[in-house]
Amino acid sequence: MPNLVEIRDIQFGYGDRTILSELRMDFPRGKLIAVMGGSGSGKTTILRLIGGQIRAQLGSIKVNGQEVSALDTQGLYAIRRKMGMLFQHGALFTDLNVFDNVAFPMREHTNLSEAMIRDLVLLKLQAVGLRNAAGLMPAEISGGMARRVALARAVALDPELIMYDEPFAGLDPISMGVAANLIRNLNDALGSTSILVSHDVHETFAIADYVYFLSKGKIVAQGTPEEMRVSEDPYVKQFVHAEADGPVPFHYPGASLQADLGLEKRT
Amino acid sequence: MIVEKIGGFVRSTMADVGYAARSFFSILANCLGLWRRPRLVTDQIHFIGNYSMVIIAVSGLFVGFVLAYQGYYTLNRYGSEEALGLLVALSLVRELGPVVTALLFAGRAGTSLTAEIGLMKAGEQLAAMEMMAVNPIQRVLAPRFLAGIIALPILTSIFNAMGIIGGYVVGVKLIGVDNGSFWSQMQSGVEVFQDIGNGVVKSIVFGFAVSFVALFQGYEAQPTPEGVARATTRTVVISSLLVLWLDFLLTAWMFQ
Repeated sequence: MPNLVEIRDIQFGYGDRTILSELRMDFPRGKLIAVMGGSGSGKTTILRLIGGQIRAQLGSIKVNGQEVSALDTQGLYAIRRKMGMLFQHGALFTDLNVFDNVAFPMREHTNLSEAMIRDLVLLKLQAVGLRNAAGLMPAEISGGMARRVALARAVALDPELIMYDEPFAGLDPISMGVAANLIRNLNDALGSTSILVSHDVHETFAIADYVYFLSKGKIVAQGTPEEMRVSEDPYVKQFVHAEADGPVPFHYPGASLQADLGLEKRT
Repeated sequence: MIVEKIGGFVRSTMADVGYAARSFFSILANCLGLWRRPRLVTDQIHFIGNYSMVIIAVSGLFVGFVLAYQGYYTLNRYGSEEALGLLVALSLVRELGPVVTALLFAGRAGTSLTAEIGLMKAGEQLAAMEMMAVNPIQRVLAPRFLAGIIALPILTSIFNAMGIIGGYVVGVKLIGVDNGSFWSQMQSGVEVFQDIGNGVVKSIVFGFAVSFVALFQGYEAQPTPEGVARATTRTVVISSLLVLWLDFLLTAWMFQ
């Protein structure tokens, strides 16, 4: 099967509010696929659906050929052991130091000796450049470093699928570049499949193999980063060139300023 | 319609109670696997038990001081001041020890547990654990629950011991009650199973109640600063009332 993850005709919402609809996406093995879109477009929801944290009302999500919505808790835990996820702010365990955070999945899911775990953790930390920060607590490291530690933890068990939720948000340009390179290099070194949810155009286009653009819960464009850069699609153009107004309006929809100032009849 | 409102209230209350009961049994069931990882429990006993010891010991000492003064004042009117040791000991082991320790435990350790779990939820640490295929109820809640149940009877014993020392200091050293009478009356009047045993049973039951309320409130807290603050307040209010209500039920059952 060429695709590790397949999403077909997904419909998801809270009550009457639809978050995602008619979604069809493929995530081929070994590739780094980006899901882009503005805030509230439903990007993170896709990751939560793939991880089985929430369930879609309609449609199918298959991971490694298994229908996620049909799995019970044990089944979900079994497929999650093959997944790694980087949360937006790292979600490091604040009562554990950097070393113990990375060692956590190994201690929970393997019977490796402490000596072996130590070596593996140091290698993972070496890969993200933080071997010498192993003894620090999460409160003692910067946001960018925390993201890198979380990345080391996410790949601790060499997962088949790695999901990144806004890995560049709030990082300085240097940390952003470091994080982007790490994501690409880890994907290639581990032979994993990566799903990158982001709205940082420059960094994402530099490392992604394929990009889906999402707006209001639907895919509005898709293609390689090169295709997206020259796309004439108004939404993609607005997003890629950071234009203030366009298909995504600058003003929150509602009454006009004239109407509010009493200069015209309210609609 | 008022009938609809009453019906809605009853229905939602029953749903909440049912959900809480299901969570209680879920935590209880997840405690079974902890025998393989005792370190998780001992760390938490250290964290919630050891750090509560100072406030419990000092409170016990002062309660003992006051009990001796109040007890002497009453006993002296009947010429029975030599029974002061017995009065102090019985008051502590049967009633004040378990109840006051549980109330202090709710304020010191319960709030800390709720805030810790609530902040873990707000920081997506529990979600991260789930995504790592680790059950947060088993890994985070169950060890803290078991630690609370183990720590509270031990803290109650410390409270009782310090209270008796306080009673001795005031009764014997300051007021001048006979030293021999103080201890011998206590030794002959306090029964191991009827008095101390029932006090231990009470403190174990309170340990279940306070630990569960604190953990449940933290786990169900809204993941915002305001939500965690509200949950922490609810922990103190609910667990305090629950301790007093359970104390009434247990006392009625034990000493009928």
